[in-house]
Amino acid sequence: MTDIRTLATVWLDGCSGCHMSLLDMDERLIELSSQFQLVYSPLVDRKTFPERVDVTLVEGAVASVEDLKKIRRIREHTGVLVSLGDCALTGNVSAMRNTCGPQPVMLRVYEQNVLQPQIPTEGVPALLNRVRPVHEVVPVDVYVPGCPPSADTIYRVLSELLAGHVPTLGGVAHFG
Amino acid sequence: MSAESNVRTLTIDGEEISARADQTILEAAREHKLAIPTLCHLDGLSEVGACRMCLVEVKGARRLLPACVTRVEEGMEVTTHNPKIDRYRTMILELFFAERNHICSICVANGNCELQSLALTLGMTHVEIPYQYPQLPVDASHPRFTVDHNRCVLCTRCVRVCSEIEGANTWGVMGRGAQSLVITDLKEPWGESETCTSCGKCVQVCPTGALFEKDRAGSKVRKQPDFLPYLRIMREGEQ
Repeated sequence: MTDIRTLATVWLDGCSGCHMSLLDMDERLIELSSQFQLVYSPLVDRKTFPERVDVTLVEGAVASVEDLKKIRRIREHTGVLVSLGDCALTGNVSAMRNTCGPQPVMLRVYEQNVLQPQIPTEGVPALLNRVRPVHEVVPVDVYVPGCPPSADTIYRVLSELLAGHVPTLGGVAHFG
Repeated sequence: MSAESNVRTLTIDGEEISARADQTILEAAREHKLAIPTLCHLDGLSEVGACRMCLVEVKGARRLLPACVTRVEEGMEVTTHNPKIDRYRTMILELFFAERNHICSICVANGNCELQSLALTLGMTHVEIPYQYPQLPVDASHPRFTVDHNRCVLCTRCVRVCSEIEGANTWGVMGRGAQSLVITDLKEPWGESETCTSCGKCVQVCPTGALFEKDRAGSKVRKQPDFLPYLRIMREGEQ
């Protein structure tokens, strides 16, 4: 594996808990920041995904047309794609609507018990009929289970990637 | 029958062991601290060979055999772990996860679930098989217990404990294949069951969060199925 210099993190359909867990690495973030450059993330300002990123951590499932567009571009421009957390891995809570489809969810949120009912259509991406785990849409290199994965688990993944290994989390981290 | 004819000598993972003729491969292996993963098996209940997690390779057999319902034989050569067996077990586990809606993060059994721990021990980090997302009912009509079919793996431990230990025969299975459901009486709501004694044994033996106690739903209480072998021994002692 080539030298890892750039890191990106993305937030698809998830609760941001995986990113909280990432921040939960505390002082280890300082150690990592001297080895990685964080080039794209909800935590930094850059708005477009760079041409080339060595490692991208993906939080969340693929739930909207925008998620779909994003993850395809990210895959194309990423060396090692890491599915981070249960939403990315299994669909998790994000995929609970798959038993009924998106329509009842839209009605529940935007029409029932709302003073001015309206289903938003402008400025928001359309929902996909089915929420999907990341690996059902694009090939994934590393799977990190957990809701969220612990800070220790994320640190282990990043350390191993820096050391030139592609980590496997089987027997190390569990769903939930 | 002489004592010697009751003994069988076999090898499990290259280790030569002796077992009683009426023992299964699983019993013999566990007596010798050789680990074989199981899900539907529970000490104290009869075996059904439903989950297939305990598949092992027996030299000369054309297919993998479930260790829980295969009796030991003289000269048997059993392999409990190799890449082929591991692949089958992981696939079976993936089928369990894909078949219903197992969402560990919001489950009452999170951290105390046998399905979840199997995924950890077998190193299953994701499911390649497309999830089915079936629409399944939750029956909370019983004052103390709930059955959530989304989390059921159809191991039938509840059915067996209700019949074999409690003697109430409240639980049964309806339907076929993935459409099967565990039901109370003739699919009456659990709360209206006339046979249920509300003993709670089914809840204690359920390996997942499919059966749970309402007042403990949020506290992640570990289930206690350890009473079964004890009950069995005490009852057999009486006869």
